[in-house]
Amino acid sequence: MELLLDGLSWITIISGSLFCIIGAFGVVTLPDFFCRMHGASVIDTMGLGLILLGLGFQTGLTLALGKLVMIFVFIFFTSPTGTHALARAALYSGLDPVATIKPRTRMQ
Amino acid sequence: MTILSLLCFAVLLKEMVKILMHLITLAIGLTVLWFLLSGYFIPLTLALGVISVLFVLWLAHRMDVIDHESHPIHMTAKGIGYYFWLLWEIIKSNFNVTIAILSGPRSVTPSLFKVQASQTSDVGKVTYANSITLTPGTVTILVEDNKFTVHSLTSAAKEGLQSGEMDRKITALEGFVAPGSEGAG
Repeated sequence: MELLLDGLSWITIISGSLFCIIGAFGVVTLPDFFCRMHGASVIDTMGLGLILLGLGFQTGLTLALGKLVMIFVFIFFTSPTGTHALARAALYSGLDPVATIKPRTRMQ
Repeated sequence: MTILSLLCFAVLLKEMVKILMHLITLAIGLTVLWFLLSGYFIPLTLALGVISVLFVLWLAHRMDVIDHESHPIHMTAKGIGYYFWLLWEIIKSNFNVTIAILSGPRSVTPSLFKVQASQTSDVGKVTYANSITLTPGTVTILVEDNKFTVHSLTSAAKEGLQSGEMDRKITALEGFVAPGSEGAG
């Protein structure tokens, strides 16, 4: 049982970290500001979720698990609000989301 | 005359029951939160916990911030089912976006489009806009009345949203609003 839980938490934490790295890679490589936000959203859903799940396997059914669930719930509800505020601020400060859609070569 | 006053009384009673329901659910929520964060069961800390829960209840009541908007208990029952569905959608679109990222910046097809939100209340609209943003591959960048401007990374993400399944599910949640508690925010 112990071994199984350890194995599960190994798998989930490592794959969560992998998603974080991929998300960060996306933030760097994607063509414009609005596209980069999608990379960041991989980090705070899949990356965070899997890492917290892995940590949950380690804590077992204790109060710490409740705290992990709370972290997940709070980020689940606040991160889209933050992302939306960021996008709106970019839009109002004059960043054009359409600019990179048509002429792809613009970024080269 | 007596019928009228009786009616007034009934309406008043109904309002009071509603307020009481909100207060009780808030109290339960706060107590659970307190236990999770504390983990101590000594009389002193328990007493302090009770006092702080009561204080927050009084404060929230005085500030008049507990209503069906800030505290949508009518959405909880169906809401849990919805969030499980949303979680599954998030996992699927995560793989979609991951593949898009890994196959290089040239493979993405960003686009900007509008979706129509069929929700009538503010809670419903916020839930919809938040769900869109939470799903990787789509971000709500502007909300005007019932039109959301959405930026999507891939065409699969765009089509998934335009199928309107998420919109329908949230409107169904909203249908739970008890009669009498005006849905429009």
